[in-house]
Amino acid sequence: MLDFFLGHYAYWFVIILMCVGLYGILFKKNLVKKTIGLAIFQVSVVLYFVSIASKWDATVPVRDSNISVEQVANYLNPLPHTLMLTAIVVGVATLGVAFTLLMAIYNRYGTLDEQELLEEIQ
Amino acid sequence: MKALKIIILILFASVMIYAASDLPFRGDPDNLMHAEESITGTEVVGSYVIQEAYNDAKTPNIVTVILGDYRSVDTFGEQVVVFTAGLITILILRSRRRQI
Amino acid sequence: MRRQEESPIILLGSRLLSPYIMLFGLYVIFFGHYSPGGGFQGGTLLAASILLIRLSGGRRVSRLQIQEFATTPLAVIGVIIYFLTGLAAMATGGYFLDYEQLPFLAMEPGYMRYWGILIIEVGIGLAVMAILVMIYDNMIKGEDYA
Repeated sequence: MLDFFLGHYAYWFVIILMCVGLYGILFKKNLVKKTIGLAIFQVSVVLYFVSIASKWDATVPVRDSNISVEQVANYLNPLPHTLMLTAIVVGVATLGVAFTLLMAIYNRYGTLDEQELLEEIQ
Repeated sequence: MKALKIIILILFASVMIYAASDLPFRGDPDNLMHAEESITGTEVVGSYVIQEAYNDAKTPNIVTVILGDYRSVDTFGEQVVVFTAGLITILILRSRRRQI
Repeated sequence: MRRQEESPIILLGSRLLSPYIMLFGLYVIFFGHYSPGGGFQGGTLLAASILLIRLSGGRRVSRLQIQEFATTPLAVIGVIIYFLTGLAAMATGGYFLDYEQLPFLAMEPGYMRYWGILIIEVGIGLAVMAILVMIYDNMIKGEDYA
């Protein structure tokens, strides 16, 4: 039971973070707050990928001449790290696009509230 | 409407926790994704990269080798995505004056 | 942009801090082969050093560092460095982005990959820096049009 807890608590924290993001997307009326919820959701996915890459008693994926690379268990799995590295930067850029669209909406309608926007469009 | 949202949130959390209970233990070096050979007998990418990255590119940082060499076309795609995101901000925000 | 008082203390502090952040960004890009780092992280740090001056000094001071029209050409240069590296490898008979076929380097194959990775990291860093600054500038401009 303790093994199960120690092996899985990181996933539970990721799920809590995911639920916080989904709460922001579903419940908040302001579009900026919804966008912040999306960003939190994305961070939770990044944390999940980083956490599954870990191995106990392993070091960072930078080759050290004192540590053998033939023993794979000596180094963390570098593939999820690489994927998340690009995903973070692309996430920042797409967040910029999202805020840009919000600014365009605000310039046109003068509000960012969901209900008021629906009424304005109709 | 609010009750429906709460139900969606609880359902999401319970489905995710149920799915997470089948995941392999975090940090266990015997996971299938950390093994040297997959169950179909092919080489696992992460382990191959750890062993051969220095021989292939003479670069100690394995993440840099994957980013710039093994998956370089993918990185090029990511860079084009970032570049397009920058162009979109120009197109949206700087064309506002003509319409109003 | 809302008119606000320039604070000399904040400007002084960020002027003191900004060059070190920029130097650290360059270190992260060029030392990315031996330590955690690389083009994406270093580009973000370079952008942070430029945005610090833009936030604290306002438009008048930031015009002295990088002008607003200069960010788009820098981003294009970054993408083109990457793309031309791939095309140069293709022109001499290799695959796209196959650094062993690069024409202007004549070394052992492994070390040619080493230098090829360094070239594209510089391209990535330049593009990421320019685009993050570009997004900030466009948001400031977009506020004016409201």
